[in-house]
Amino acid sequence: MLNTMKTDYSYTPSRIDPAQSQLLRAQINEFHAEYCAVLDTGDVELWPEFFTDDALYRITSRENAELNLPVGLVYAEGRDMMHDRAVAIARTQMFAPRHTLHLVTNVRIIDETDSGEIEAQANFLLVQTLIEGPSTVHLAGRYYDRFVRAQNHRLLLKERQVIHDTAILANDLVYPV
Amino acid sequence: MYQSQSVIGQTVGAKDAALADCVWPADGLNAIPDWVYTSQEVYDREMERIFHGDTWNFVALEAEIPKPGDYKRSYVGATPVVVTRAEDGSIHVFENRCAHRGAEFCRSSQGNANEFVCPYHQWSYDLKGNLQGIPFKRGVNKAGGMPRDFRNEDHGLRKLHVTAYHGVVFASYSDKVEPIEQYLTPEILEDFNVAFPGKPLKILGYYRNEVPCNWKMYHENLKDPYHATLLHSFLVVFGLLVAGNKSMMLADSTHGRHGIMGSAKTDDLYADVNPETKKEMRSFKDGMRLRDERFLNFVKEFDSPWSVTMQTVWPNLVVQREMNTLGVRQIVPNGPNSLIMNWIMFGYEDDTEEMTRHRLRQGNLMGPSGFLGLEDNEAMKFVQEGVRRSSSDINILKLDSGKVGTSESLISEAAIRAMYQYYRGVMEF
Repeated sequence: MLNTMKTDYSYTPSRIDPAQSQLLRAQINEFHAEYCAVLDTGDVELWPEFFTDDALYRITSRENAELNLPVGLVYAEGRDMMHDRAVAIARTQMFAPRHTLHLVTNVRIIDETDSGEIEAQANFLLVQTLIEGPSTVHLAGRYYDRFVRAQNHRLLLKERQVIHDTAILANDLVYPV
Repeated sequence: MYQSQSVIGQTVGAKDAALADCVWPADGLNAIPDWVYTSQEVYDREMERIFHGDTWNFVALEAEIPKPGDYKRSYVGATPVVVTRAEDGSIHVFENRCAHRGAEFCRSSQGNANEFVCPYHQWSYDLKGNLQGIPFKRGVNKAGGMPRDFRNEDHGLRKLHVTAYHGVVFASYSDKVEPIEQYLTPEILEDFNVAFPGKPLKILGYYRNEVPCNWKMYHENLKDPYHATLLHSFLVVFGLLVAGNKSMMLADSTHGRHGIMGSAKTDDLYADVNPETKKEMRSFKDGMRLRDERFLNFVKEFDSPWSVTMQTVWPNLVVQREMNTLGVRQIVPNGPNSLIMNWIMFGYEDDTEEMTRHRLRQGNLMGPSGFLGLEDNEAMKFVQEGVRRSSSDINILKLDSGKVGTSESLISEAAIRAMYQYYRGVMEF
């Protein structure tokens, strides 16, 4: 199995002091709000800026996660790969116009290390709307995140595993989640 | 199964034609009528004559069921089946329908079991699909129960013929279908052996998506090299496929039902597109460069002149060898207007960790979020919506006109023509 990738998606009790958890939850909620605002307004080229240079980003099904299979619908090792994907989507790809709306909830802070690395989870719903189409729940799932602090104390993702319950994807997934 | 986008869900009545009204256009080789994509009666005949007819249908990779008792859910056409490995190592395929009251008893995508027990009345079956036990078979207190002449061996699950070749498992309803090596035909077999040389595979994961188009469109798309240089500007920009590259569009010379689209990547990372070609490709973007070029690397691991081959094996398998990202796709028809695609991405047991990572990185090209994959899905959805709702009803197929089968040119529809020539014979159109 690959070194840096999270492989255990079973229930993990929080190991953090409740007061600290509350503090971090507020900051991480803020992070999710900005992250989703970028995606939901269609500024996909800003999306890589939420990650560290060496971040790992993967979207995969719960089936793959539970079988410990490494494949990703999207699999990016490092921000440069995310940048290339963002540019490809924004400037070269052909797809029907669509709007996306992310709803993020149930933020859980699992742990914080001495060096300030934060392990957290959150549930998400991704609603997609096509021209003359219904608004559909396109993807339902959970983020498994590891955050670190940039020099200016801003939170950045060092790893984001987007694990979706949705078993059969409707046609395709264009934008990152 | 289900269809996920249901607002545009109506087919114009004339397009949902009865078989009796399905008459092929006079200019037969150069036209495809819309009703092949939209008629329920045509679809029903396809299930009977093609998927349940004299064909081998892909159902699994052996690497998914390596141990005795391993099983997975699968499909032959639209019919749900279970693929198992019995105690003696043999592979079995049977319908996922209890012989008693029809319940689809196997509910997990995959797993390991000693037997299958239908949850409704607990009839139990062994790993080969034989009926083993019926609760209260002799009744209770000498009342009720099965008649004396009821024999378990007459009431097993509906079993299919099974064959495995180099780790790839196929099933068939037909006892007349030829052996798999012969079925694949020599040209296809040669390329099939490149990705499947018989060495152990390592499963890297699954994608599953619904594509709202007729199942045949997926075959056509991979027999249509014309679109690849036009729709997929990503390919063109990064030199993965350029009109004028060394390439081939092969149709098997026995029936014309299987195909291989192949291309050979040049040694340069980026394509050098000449101005005349550039003019024809309006999606071309000059000077696009990647920040992380690792994912375009091509590790030459196969003895083949082609860096990319997309193989279509009639009626439900696609073998993808896109440089170093490997996969099979199982086409599951889901009514005339929809298909479910089950993707299995794989590498080999002897891959290094770096090779596995390389395959994963290159995997961004394919799948329902792949730079190429998503554009195909979008385009096929557009076509299905167009043929369902329009008043005109003919598709034009005149590129490389007069040619049927293999073509040296990418600007050709000869392989699609070959597929429909074969299809019309089987379907009697």
